[in-house]
Amino acid sequence: MNPYLAGVLLGLVLLASFYLTGRGLGASGAMKSVVVSGVEKIAPSHVSNSGFYSKYVSEEASPLKTWLVLEVFGVLIGGFISGAISGRLGLKVERSPKITNRRRLIFAAIGGALFGFGSQLGRGCTSGAALSGMAVLSVAGFVTMMAIFGTAFALAYFFRKNWI
Amino acid sequence: MPLHISLEKTGFKIKDMGPIIPVFGISEELNLLIAFIIGLGFGFALEQAGFSSSRKLAGMFYGYDITVLKVFFTAAITAMLGLIFLNYLEMIDMGIIYVNQYYIQSAIVGGVIMGAGFIVGGFCPGTSVCAAAIGKIDAMVFIGGSLLGIIFFGETYSWWEELYNKNFIGSPKLSNTLNLKDGVLALLVVVMAVIMFWLGEKAEKRFNRDDIIKEI
Repeated sequence: MNPYLAGVLLGLVLLASFYLTGRGLGASGAMKSVVVSGVEKIAPSHVSNSGFYSKYVSEEASPLKTWLVLEVFGVLIGGFISGAISGRLGLKVERSPKITNRRRLIFAAIGGALFGFGSQLGRGCTSGAALSGMAVLSVAGFVTMMAIFGTAFALAYFFRKNWI
Repeated sequence: MPLHISLEKTGFKIKDMGPIIPVFGISEELNLLIAFIIGLGFGFALEQAGFSSSRKLAGMFYGYDITVLKVFFTAAITAMLGLIFLNYLEMIDMGIIYVNQYYIQSAIVGGVIMGAGFIVGGFCPGTSVCAAAIGKIDAMVFIGGSLLGIIFFGETYSWWEELYNKNFIGSPKLSNTLNLKDGVLALLVVVMAVIMFWLGEKAEKRFNRDDIIKEI
């Protein structure tokens, strides 16, 4: 799809989320719910003693039955439908021909860990903090957006072998 | 305003109807169904934008494919203008729309760490889910890494707690900080985005990599 058109579509989904729920979109929050739920299963007392995990556990509902987890489950299905329509389904490791699958996957894991950690410290990721934050003109949204993209640009030179 | 006068005459009141769920309250099941449907649209739009490809996303930072810039800013502007119009038409109570809290240090440091994760891993959390959905194994590994990163933050929370809670200044809006009307700031963002689109499209030509574009 033309990227500007895809952007308008994404913007309308975001607007619908604000109009219906009063909040924007999110992704890292759902990952946090999965983590909190997992830790709670393994070590419930650890969760209640933790200053971080305990904030996200409610008495009545499981952390997996939350709005964001259902939303991200929708992302999974919506992405799959789009990929099926456009003929892009298939198991594959996407990488530059200059690097091995192994190297790509190691970097993907490290990058994921950094993003996961940063999204907790920064109270949201590209979706919840930067995109949704900018849509409501929040200072935090603009600052987080500039920090994410500025850093990625600044470091691009050092990781060029992985991509170009 | 003419719009709701005429609608109110018909007995249908749309004034301050939104946001629907916080205003009216709905059942938990319906709320979760709405979450799923919004997610469907989100995932579909991300995948149609091409965000299920890490090499396309990374193209942003080497100039050969600036789809990220185009989609991200078009989406932010669409929602931003939509909210401004809904507010102007008094169809939404902006007082209960969530505005992100601003903790100066954690927003910046968190953003910097996320930026590093972006260039190292090639995804962000939303795009990794969308890419994993179509079978990208690198995206599945990225998600695994993200979960470990979140566990690490949770387990070492006491180390970061001070930084995490430092300099909380509420939920400021950039328009208020700059003493501009929301509409004027939105116009400035639109103008900046158009300039960036123009520069970005020039970059796409200059840093053109047909070999990569063909594969992604």
